[in-house]
Amino acid sequence: MKAKHQRLILALAALVAITGAGLLAVSALRDEAAYFYAPGDVKTKGVEPGKAIRLGGMVVKGSLKRAPDGVTIRFDVTDGKATVPATFSGIAPDLFKEGSGVVAEGAFDGKGVFVATNLLAKHDERYMPRELEGMNYNETTHEMKTER
Amino acid sequence: MIAEAGLAALWLAAALALLQLVLAFAGLKGGKPELLGAVRPAAVAQGALTAVAFALLITLFLRSDMSVLLVATNSHSMKPWLYKFAGTWGNHEGSMLLWVTVMGVAGAAVALFERALRRDTHMATLGAQAAISLGFYAFLLFSSNPFARIDPPPPDGQGLNPLLQDPGLAFHPPTLYLGYVGLSVAFSFAVGALLTRTVEAAFARAMRPWVLAAWVLLTLGITAGSYWAYYELGWGGWWFWDPVENASLMPWLAATALLHSVTVLATRDGLRAWTIMLAVVAFSMSMVGTFLVRSGILTSVHAFAVDPERGSFILALLAIYIGGALALFGWRIGSVREGAPFELVSRETLLVVNNLLLSVILGVVLIGTLYPLMTEAFGHKVSVGAPYFDRIAGPIALALMIALAAGPLTRWRRDRAGAVAKRLLVPAAIGITASALLAVLAWGRIGVLPFLGLVIAVAVGAASVAPLWKRKLWRTPLFTWGMVIAHLGCAVSVAGMASDSAFTTEKLVAARPGDRIHTAGWTLHFVNIRPIAGDNWTALQADMQVDRGGAPVLMRPQSRFFASPPTTTSEAALLTCWNGQLYVVLGEEVEGGRWQLRIWWKPFVTLIWLGGVMIALGGALALLGRERRGWLLKWRARKAVA
Repeated sequence: MKAKHQRLILALAALVAITGAGLLAVSALRDEAAYFYAPGDVKTKGVEPGKAIRLGGMVVKGSLKRAPDGVTIRFDVTDGKATVPATFSGIAPDLFKEGSGVVAEGAFDGKGVFVATNLLAKHDERYMPRELEGMNYNETTHEMKTER
Repeated sequence: MIAEAGLAALWLAAALALLQLVLAFAGLKGGKPELLGAVRPAAVAQGALTAVAFALLITLFLRSDMSVLLVATNSHSMKPWLYKFAGTWGNHEGSMLLWVTVMGVAGAAVALFERALRRDTHMATLGAQAAISLGFYAFLLFSSNPFARIDPPPPDGQGLNPLLQDPGLAFHPPTLYLGYVGLSVAFSFAVGALLTRTVEAAFARAMRPWVLAAWVLLTLGITAGSYWAYYELGWGGWWFWDPVENASLMPWLAATALLHSVTVLATRDGLRAWTIMLAVVAFSMSMVGTFLVRSGILTSVHAFAVDPERGSFILALLAIYIGGALALFGWRIGSVREGAPFELVSRETLLVVNNLLLSVILGVVLIGTLYPLMTEAFGHKVSVGAPYFDRIAGPIALALMIALAAGPLTRWRRDRAGAVAKRLLVPAAIGITASALLAVLAWGRIGVLPFLGLVIAVAVGAASVAPLWKRKLWRTPLFTWGMVIAHLGCAVSVAGMASDSAFTTEKLVAARPGDRIHTAGWTLHFVNIRPIAGDNWTALQADMQVDRGGAPVLMRPQSRFFASPPTTTSEAALLTCWNGQLYVVLGEEVEGGRWQLRIWWKPFVTLIWLGGVMIALGGALALLGRERRGWLLKWRARKAVA
């Protein structure tokens, strides 16, 4: 094989690989672009059951209930535009509480309840899930405001 | 006094870096070759001064000198000494000083120990290293001074983030940084070779040990970080695709590709331009990672400070160094002569495949990490998580494993496809047997990716030891052993990952003291729960007697409360067996005097990190083997002269 040909083949292979990666990433990102939802987005766009998403918002005051098994909790998540019921089985993070922000990873079941497999809450004063930055919850009116 | 001395040492080191750059430039381009004699001493002195500055900062932390702002905001006099010591780099300024120190010491090492490189390339490399260091000195001195004083000093410090109060802090960040910043040497080598037009096999042979050393440390650092996150965060996962983890993975992917392409350049004098490009990309990824972590645009345990000014500073450094290196690349690469050609069926081709696949994974991870930041700039919040990375990087990584199996069994320059297939026959047969066995035993219970992962791990494991077949083991060179062990490590690690996602059993209960919990063949006897106290924390601790038929073992998961800063952390209890790990997390108290317990049985999960350590060990053996061969040759030459 001539050196020139070889260089051409190498360049082509690299090009194909890079284009392939780009296409792959873009197609996946198009799905993932819909990875994060606020309850309002769930209402307007709709999410099919079973699709893995992140649901972010505030835990509605007075909505947190513990099931008799001691490890399952039910709560409502709101962004001020809509409210979504959610359940979680597991050990909730320490800073997970009513009236504070949460990002839940999981999927909707067939009945419109969000089944969370993981909860990301504020870790400490300095840590906040990126998706929740700028969200504020009004303690008295139970309203959510998003600053932009 | 100590703080002032540290600051003075830093300024002096920065001045020496400037001197080093000027000397190298004047010596090589200004027609004053006599100046070159001073470049190496300058580099050594600069490295020594950064080490002194770093040692002084450690001293300040150990003495809890609260008149120093950094100590006051990140330490506490009640902390155990290990965390005072390791807390030195558990904050923004300290970690940047560690960065600069590693860079200075690495430069000094290149000045002291590099003998194989042509002299002008060596000098140009040291000049380049000084040029990069200068930017980071400026960053440290102008926007992140670790030695700043506070007046009046507070009575005590604010303490360290409790999540970081773990022995892991003493090991993970320094090792990671040694690898991460050690890649700056490869970057400087590439710049030096471009400047002096010496991109050839001899240059690659000189660069290889440095790349290997940085890569070994980076591998160890990432492995340690993964294990730390696994046991400290109490989520039972070992990789979260957190942007900060990606920031360490991206340089590793580039360095792994570089390691293989530099071997092609050193052995076969091929892939010249590509190797130089990878050397530039690898350290660029380190800098991108630092930008992501240190600029405050990401929030995580790793991001200590949110300060837009620092972000813009690092962004400017990024633009200057990456842009400069790429411009130099574009300008000089035309003058790099073409390397030796090779046939389609050859080890070179498979190494090219390795490089392409690694670059593709790198691209995918980079896009996934930066995409949310870019869309956010346009006022649109998006989050990219594990499903994206798993779905894309997983299959590509498995394809890479297949190339890994074939590569070492293929000859350099030219081979026959039939012969390669024949050599792969036994591993393939083992893989097919494994898949049949797995299909019978676990059909329908495990996903496609874990299934493929297990099968490929077994086949690749067999293929990776095949190069030793019919060889006299004690006469096999160390670097061959290194390759075999590192490749086997990849198979071991993949097996651990696949096993963890395929076979983990999870049990979640609320139990009273006295209860017995059964899961995955284990019996956990929840004996009692009691308060205990440590140096700077109090905790609730559950005593659990666990057994699976044999003598019971005590496990003690805790829920810890730290007063400064006020935080609760969960300390998981782990029991390591030969065939897996039992992982117990204590949750909160619920009605009826019950306590939440989360229990995982994770078969063979430890293989993930064992594999990581094997990969690093393989790299270390290869490094030792190459160096030892150099020493032997030199010794023989000397004996021949005598």
